[in-house]
Amino acid sequence: MKFGILVNEGPYQHQASDSAYLFTRAALAAGHEVFRIFFYHDGVNNGTRLTVPPQDDRNVVDRWSELAQEHSLDLVLCVAAAQRRGLLDADEAKRHKKDADNIAPGFRISGLGQLIEAAIQSDRLVTFGD
Amino acid sequence: MSEEGTIKKLMYVNRKAPYGTIYALESLEVVLIGAAFDQQVSLAFVDDGVYQLARNQSTDGIGMKNFSPTYAALGDYDVRHIYVERESLETRGLTVEDLMPLTYEDEDDDWAEKDSLRVVDSRELAALMSEQDVVLSF
Repeated sequence: MKFGILVNEGPYQHQASDSAYLFTRAALAAGHEVFRIFFYHDGVNNGTRLTVPPQDDRNVVDRWSELAQEHSLDLVLCVAAAQRRGLLDADEAKRHKKDADNIAPGFRISGLGQLIEAAIQSDRLVTFGD
Repeated sequence: MSEEGTIKKLMYVNRKAPYGTIYALESLEVVLIGAAFDQQVSLAFVDDGVYQLARNQSTDGIGMKNFSPTYAALGDYDVRHIYVERESLETRGLTVEDLMPLTYEDEDDDWAEKDSLRVVDSRELAALMSEQDVVLSF
C-alpha cells in the first residue's frame, strides 16, 4: 500500500511526531511505500536542525533525517507554516533577508499543494496530531 | 491540475474554535490551495469548529486577524458542500441563524445563488464521512 503521512504537531511537546515516525518505520518494514511525509502546523518544527535534546533522550529531528536518507523519503515542510514559525531554508532566508537558515538534512520546504498531491496519490493519508 | 485525472472525495473536518489555536486558520489555507486540484471537496464543522462560522466575528480585543470573511468566498473556490453538525450547534446553544450565510453560484442554473451550508445530524455526517476517499481533520 502507498501511504501519505501528515504530521501536525511539533517534536517533544506532543507524541504525534513520535507516532508518525514509528508508523512510517513499521510501514516501510512491512514492505509498504511512503509517498511523502508532510509537516504542517507546529509539525514544521520537526525540521529544524538546531534542536539540542538531552543526550539520554531520542533525537526526533535526527531520527527523521536518518530515516529519510535510508529510505529516500520525501520530507516536506509547509512553507507558509514554516515561515510563521521561523523555519527557513537557505533560499527563503535570502529572500526574506534573514541572517540564518535552519532546515535539517532530508527535509525540504514546499507548498500546501504537496499535501493535496499526497492525499490524491496515496492509497491512505494518515494524520498524526490532535 | 489533478495528476492522472484522479478525482477523489476530500472532506475537511474542522473541529476547533477559530482563534484559540491556529488549526482553523491553517485548515482554511489548505482548503483554498486544495481548490486548485479539482477534487470533490466538502467541509464539515463539528464540536467547537462550528464557532468558525459564527456571524459577526470581531477580533479587536485579541489582536489577531479576523479571517472569517474568507469563508464567504469559498463558493468562488467551487466549495459547495459545507456540513454543520446539528448536535454540535445544539450543545452550544446555537442555531443556523447564528452562522454566516454561505452560498455559491450554480452555473447549471443560470448562476442562481444557492446555499452551500447544510445542517446534518451526526448519523448523516458519519455516512458522508464513510463515502470519502480522504478525510483531513483539523
